[in-house]
Amino acid sequence: MAVHQETGGHLTAVQSPEDAEGQARFDAIIAEDSRIEPRDWMPEAYRKSLTRQMSQHAHSEIIGMQPEANWITRAPSLKRKSILIAKVQDEAGHGLYLYSATETLGTDRDTLNDQLLAGRAKYSSIFNYPARTWADMGAIGWLVDGAAIANQVPLCRASYGPYGRAMVRICKEESFHQRQGFEILLELANGTEAQRKMAQDAINRFYAPALMMFGPSDNDSPNSKQSMAWNVKRFSNDDLRQRFVGMIAEQVKVLGLTLPDPELRYDEETGQWIHMELDWDEFNRVIKGGGPCNAQRMARRREAHEEGAWVREAAAAYARKQQEQKEQVA
Amino acid sequence: MSTSTGTDHSLDSFGDATASATRVTPGNALRPEDIALQDTAPATEAIAQYALRLGDDALIYAQRNAHWVSRGPELEEDIALGNITLDQLGHARSFLTYAGKKWGKTEDDLAYWREEEEFTSLHLVEQPNGDFAETTVRGLFLAIYQHLLYTRLLESSDRTLAAISAKALKEVDYHLEHAELWTLRLGQGTEESARRMRRALEKLWPYVEELFQDEPLYEELEGVAPRPSSLREEWDARLADILERAGLAVPEVPYAMCFGRRGEHSEHLGYILAEMQVLARKHPGATW
Repeated sequence: MAVHQETGGHLTAVQSPEDAEGQARFDAIIAEDSRIEPRDWMPEAYRKSLTRQMSQHAHSEIIGMQPEANWITRAPSLKRKSILIAKVQDEAGHGLYLYSATETLGTDRDTLNDQLLAGRAKYSSIFNYPARTWADMGAIGWLVDGAAIANQVPLCRASYGPYGRAMVRICKEESFHQRQGFEILLELANGTEAQRKMAQDAINRFYAPALMMFGPSDNDSPNSKQSMAWNVKRFSNDDLRQRFVGMIAEQVKVLGLTLPDPELRYDEETGQWIHMELDWDEFNRVIKGGGPCNAQRMARRREAHEEGAWVREAAAAYARKQQEQKEQVA
Repeated sequence: MSTSTGTDHSLDSFGDATASATRVTPGNALRPEDIALQDTAPATEAIAQYALRLGDDALIYAQRNAHWVSRGPELEEDIALGNITLDQLGHARSFLTYAGKKWGKTEDDLAYWREEEEFTSLHLVEQPNGDFAETTVRGLFLAIYQHLLYTRLLESSDRTLAAISAKALKEVDYHLEHAELWTLRLGQGTEESARRMRRALEKLWPYVEELFQDEPLYEELEGVAPRPSSLREEWDARLADILERAGLAVPEVPYAMCFGRRGEHSEHLGYILAEMQVLARKHPGATW
């Protein structure tokens, strides 16, 4: 494949005739808003960008299991325990299909996992905040999964087929997750004084980090433009964020609780929701590994991987022996 | 996604609530919520005590296994162990809900507000997860046992016990398959995995005898429940078959004196309950 150089979002390169033809077909597919499939020719930058985005998404599902798994053994009712286990299990499932979808771009799961464990791949920063109380299970479901849904629903139409299709299934389950989170908060909000306080405290802690899940402001988001040109991303970070704020601003009233945002309002003129300035210094610090739980989350993942090594080796050895036996019989 | 100024703020705006909830309550199978609504309570104190035992075993086992979620040796195992945990918790909820109806108590009253000596779980389910080999061996012992037991309970004259067992059996079928497959893989895999399996068998074998102890309670359960001792022969045969195929053997270690059924537990249970009950007990009377 010819080497491409990215300059200002446009590809300039010496292309072979096959590549030129492929590029033309790719451009046409994007222009008519159809889907690119794994065997189709695609620009290297598109492949790379999607591999990064999809694997980050998969890693987020896997690391995101940890703060919630933290409350499975202490869930305050058996029904809640059961729902929480189902939810965390769904997340493992999402991670699996996202890794599989990413593999169709040519990078295998072991490599992607190595990138995560080596600290070369990112995952959603929100999971570097601790889940301190039971109410955090509510806030994570309502706000974190809610923000994820707002981000992901448009991705169901992403130009890369396997990604879009994975998103359809994931969004369905995420809507159940958001609902269970809201239900947890609703129960707490209508409960004892201590429960109500717990709920408000969780919302206070997760509000800003949840808004930051949409990524930096459009002006500071270098990948956004190209991603929109490729029909992967459909709406800007700021647009999705303000829509999400509007949604939760209404829902919080049902809870009888408040969002910790003195500037929150709907601007009739622009039809936009206005929210407070977010602390992007904090965001950047967390992304660079300095959040409250980055070290803990990564250590836990590495530990599980290392402690599981002998199990995976045994499974592989067993599979080899079975294969050899089969061949001997044949 | 609803738009920013959408007017529907009820829970419905969150979309299809059953999209994943189906995993909590597969199909139209009997759910603990259904049992809670039924008029039928256990006919006798003995039946309620029996349901309590089955519920406690499944509950403590689920509580133990839950710790694997997000710590499995591979992603597929996170899902598999999570699934087994979820199934066992479902069985526990059904048995406890049914037992509690005799005493006007809910599943949560029984899970969160009983003291250690009031629990009736087997020592086997209280044992720490250990490494993946120990979890596999514990799972194998228990899956064979529950498979035999629930199969026999299909014939129970108590219709609720039979119905819960029918649902549980389908799931335990899978647990057994999972445990058997891993026993073969680890037993025949590498030297290291075989060594760990032998050690796990030695560690857990002491708690096997308790599974098959008959208590006086069974005098009152004629036609309702099989005597545990009556399951032993087939359990031994099934286990021996699997271990043989895995290149492993029943270890030669003495049985431990265990009386979980009468509230005499391992040292582990106190910690398990402390963790499980802490939040609920901090907020007496609260609903969640």
